[in-house]
Amino acid sequence: MKGRTMETSLADHAPTLIRSIERRLFLRQGLSLGALALLSGCDLTDDESVQKVLNGMSRWNDRTQAWLFNPNKLAPEFPESAITKPFPFNAFYSVDEVEYVDGASYKLELAGLIRDKKPWTLPELYSLPQTSQITRHICVEGWSAIGKWSGVRFSDFLARIGADTSAKYIGFKCADDYYSSVDMATALHPQTLLTFRYADEILPPKYGFPMKLRIPTKLGFKNPKHIMSMYVTNEYPGGYWEDQGYNWFSGS
Amino acid sequence: MESAQTQWVRIHPLVVRITHWINVLAILVMVTSGWRIYNASPLFPFRIPNELTLGGWLAGALQWHFAAMWLLVLNGLVYVVYGIFSGHFRGKLFPLTPRAVFRDVLEALRGKLAHEDLSVYNAAQRAAYLAIILCGVVLVFSGLAIWKPVQLQEITAIFGGYEGARVVHFLAMALLVLIVLVHVLMVILVPRTLPTMFTGRSRRAS
Repeated sequence: MKGRTMETSLADHAPTLIRSIERRLFLRQGLSLGALALLSGCDLTDDESVQKVLNGMSRWNDRTQAWLFNPNKLAPEFPESAITKPFPFNAFYSVDEVEYVDGASYKLELAGLIRDKKPWTLPELYSLPQTSQITRHICVEGWSAIGKWSGVRFSDFLARIGADTSAKYIGFKCADDYYSSVDMATALHPQTLLTFRYADEILPPKYGFPMKLRIPTKLGFKNPKHIMSMYVTNEYPGGYWEDQGYNWFSGS
Repeated sequence: MESAQTQWVRIHPLVVRITHWINVLAILVMVTSGWRIYNASPLFPFRIPNELTLGGWLAGALQWHFAAMWLLVLNGLVYVVYGIFSGHFRGKLFPLTPRAVFRDVLEALRGKLAHEDLSVYNAAQRAAYLAIILCGVVLVFSGLAIWKPVQLQEITAIFGGYEGARVVHFLAMALLVLIVLVHVLMVILVPRTLPTMFTGRSRRAS
């Protein structure tokens, strides 16, 4: 019942068309009532300069959060009994449009500032040392759910492939055309896992088969699913939601 | 109009007036953008009409909310530090007894509350202004608890965890909005209090 509500509420925000229209109307609508009183002297055609200030504040908040980020601070972990069932599905599309990736032919592509760019098959990834966590997934929409994910500690994997960990960013490209990126400090956090299992089962497509990067120190949309390739870079890679105005760092 | 004999009494210090109006702006942005954020995943079985919200969609509302939080907190700090160290709080908000609050609220409801001397707050006003300050403190801390449930998890734990902090954040907002509505209603009923919040002074009661 709860999961159902969440899907419905997500649908209200996700459809691309509505969203793009909404974006254009964003300030005109937003300012129309709540802020009219306080900006009544301003010309509403100043939309772009207001947006510039808001974007600037969002970049400032990126820096504040990077400064606040403690690489040794662990996200709280929970007992199995605390796991949310069913764990809600969430994406920018509905659950019946989930991407099916062929596991047999799958290879994780590596690019950018990485020494060994050899692609990885699923059996190779599954054979790496695995670890589990039960943590709270917090959505940018406000709701949260506790789940159990298992996989490779991402910092171990980065060391194994010879990633340049002095670089600023790691970017991800996903099978569903989603993309995102994280800062290196978060990528190296001990609870950041490249996961292949949910609740001890191979990740079902709706939870991101063949893999999801689980980052309990970031909001849910910073946890990419169906990852096809990753690259290490010093150039800001952005992201699907980030490029539309969601805060890039989005740390928890 | 002003004769040489007109006596003025200073009732609102400059710092209080400036921080009050900056706070009006900050609270207006925080509440209206917060309502839009609430609508993305309502905690309770109702939504806020989108026409009353700021931001246009979730990302826009979040941008407003996390920009205006700096204004709210920095301005609030100036006000609270000033209030404590200048003796403003001690002189204006205290003493405050439940009995006096009860009496003045009853009188206000009967329309009998006296407002001759605007420089002295009655007990109902003192309670309301103190409650607003406390709401602000709770809103800031529950907000930090929601924003940073990992990095500031000690604060989140005070509210019984992330979901508890969401509930507290909402309830503190609701109480604050309620008090502000009563506050604005009282200004409408006693309109000569409004100019004093700009000029800081009022004619001495004769």
